[in-house]
Amino acid sequence: MTVVLPVSAEPSSLSVPPRQLGRWRRLPTNAKVGAILLGIFALAAIIGPLVTPYDPSFQNPSPSLSLQAPGAAHLLGTTQSGQDVLSQLLVGIRLTLELALIVGVVATVLAVIIGVTAAFLGGAWDELLSLLTNVVLVIPALPLLIVLLGYLPQRGQTPTILVLSLLGWPWGARLIRAQTLAIRSRDFVAASRETGEKTWRILAFEIIPNETGLIAASFVNTVLYAIGASVALAFIGVTDLSSWSLGTMLYWAESQQALQLGAWWWFAPPGIAVALLGTALVLLNTGFDELGNPRLRDAANASTIAGRRLRPTDPTPVLLAEPPRRGRVGGFLRSFSRSSLLDGGGEQR
Amino acid sequence: MSFILRRLAFYLVAAWVALTINFFIPRAMPGNAVQAIMSKFPNLQPSAYKAIEAMLGVGHPGSLWHQYVSYLDDVAHLNFGTSVSQYPATVSSLLGQTIPWTLTLVGIATVIAFVVGTGLGIVAAWRRGGWVDRALPGLMFFQAIPYFFLALILLEVLAVTLHLFPIGQGFSQTVTPGWNLPFIGSAVDHSILPAFTIVITSVAGWMLQMRNVMVTTIGEDYVLAGQAKGLPGRRVVLNYAARNAFLPQLQGFGLALGFVVSGALIMEIVFSYPGIGLLLLSAVSSNDYPLMQAIFLVITFAVLFANLIVDLVIVVVDPRARSREGAR
Repeated sequence: MTVVLPVSAEPSSLSVPPRQLGRWRRLPTNAKVGAILLGIFALAAIIGPLVTPYDPSFQNPSPSLSLQAPGAAHLLGTTQSGQDVLSQLLVGIRLTLELALIVGVVATVLAVIIGVTAAFLGGAWDELLSLLTNVVLVIPALPLLIVLLGYLPQRGQTPTILVLSLLGWPWGARLIRAQTLAIRSRDFVAASRETGEKTWRILAFEIIPNETGLIAASFVNTVLYAIGASVALAFIGVTDLSSWSLGTMLYWAESQQALQLGAWWWFAPPGIAVALLGTALVLLNTGFDELGNPRLRDAANASTIAGRRLRPTDPTPVLLAEPPRRGRVGGFLRSFSRSSLLDGGGEQR
Repeated sequence: MSFILRRLAFYLVAAWVALTINFFIPRAMPGNAVQAIMSKFPNLQPSAYKAIEAMLGVGHPGSLWHQYVSYLDDVAHLNFGTSVSQYPATVSSLLGQTIPWTLTLVGIATVIAFVVGTGLGIVAAWRRGGWVDRALPGLMFFQAIPYFFLALILLEVLAVTLHLFPIGQGFSQTVTPGWNLPFIGSAVDHSILPAFTIVITSVAGWMLQMRNVMVTTIGEDYVLAGQAKGLPGRRVVLNYAARNAFLPQLQGFGLALGFVVSGALIMEIVFSYPGIGLLLLSAVSSNDYPLMQAIFLVITFAVLFANLIVDLVIVVVDPRARSREGAR
């Protein structure tokens, strides 16, 4: 990442280059990589099911097509019953992403409502909602999900989304409550209250816009949680096993012993897809963190001064060591270096 | 002391909520749990209806309140009913066989991951841009891999192909379980790979969290003051920066425990490790509702108890938790 300091540039020339590109370039590397990866997955989810070469559930009766290694006809090979892995993957990415996004939206909306309400109402309401948040947070989600979904007569996409959303909001709500408490006492909120703005207006137009970063981060986290939980649930068979998601692909690969049969092209693609999707989201979130907190930004714009890596946000270094003894040439060269400025110049021998 | 009392009250509330949810799930779900079982086992006679009802505890006579009280009484006496799939074993005896395995494996591996991750986080924050710090995105990839998928790969590569580790199970068939040396040695041997899987997938999370808090503490004035006093670097890192960054880390540990344990349970399935995870899988695949519910309760209570221990540690480490009145 290169940082261009607008010191010498004239103001007019600064605004001329396309701003979008500049903003993109200023994004932390983590966020860029994450966004690109996520974009690829989104593309696969949108156009994937339209271009699948085969019907993912179609079982080819011809025995020669069973467990075929990747080739021209089947780019990612076939399963034991002759189903095309690539088609399953493309359809599966869409279903998994769809579920995760819906859960992300619903749970984040819940988190915002509960977090903001708790912080803004205060008093007994805050106590109650915080208690609820912490209780849901501390109860392990996966066993509860399994019990809840296990009891349902049919296990489809909708109940899974519902239950995942109902258990996915507390982490975000906790963060948003804390942030709202901090913002609530700021002057601009007091000012808008003085001018007679209604409470809902203060919430919707003064407070929530100031939490966009946090809300985005908790959305990304919730999506991550939804992917992990839904894949894990599908892996142990608590899902609609007739639909194709990344989790059900792994379920069938495991239950039909893909690994033991040496069919890596069968179980590896869904696993790697989940891992890459997860990595993309984690990177995106780290990027958000870095945008909000300059101290976390990567060390690329650090400079080495007196043998130490320093970033612009670091405090002035306290150096203890005596300047190392050097030969005449070394000492002469050193007087030009940046470290000589810090150590009080030159070497007194 | 009031901090601990408050936390204790909170965990009691959480435990009560979990118990109550568990009580209402079979009663509130659409349809009827008994009918669900009947329809899943078509060879059951209609006369079995009453028996299943009694087994699930839904056919209790009396009001809902009465049922609730007798349910709490049952749980207090560790009476979770009879397992459907492994009849006539009681649920509590099945749990008793599996809990020690999970507790040892997941407990030790999680603590190792936490300690190693925190340590690496300290190093990564102190040596920003160093090789530990730069390894972080790579480790995050491991964190994003589903536990069970990494477990599958490790099992295949290290155990099946390279024969470095035993293939699954909790102990070798040639030893007799008990407190004898061959059995313990075999159990340890069988637990290395599952433990390694837990550590490698969860270490990056602890590391990232510690690093990020630590980076902020390093920027504080008291750290600079410590350096200015001429204290040795190690002392500044550990006693000034890391000690303060450790408190949010501990709190995060308690909160994230549920996720870690859940992931570890799924991982057990891959290794056929004789713990609660494997039991949960068999309960799910055979619609063994009493067993599923009991496992949910046990895991929840374990996580709550672990959180209580974390809080006790916080009281020891953080003087503010001791003095503050309404600490929260």
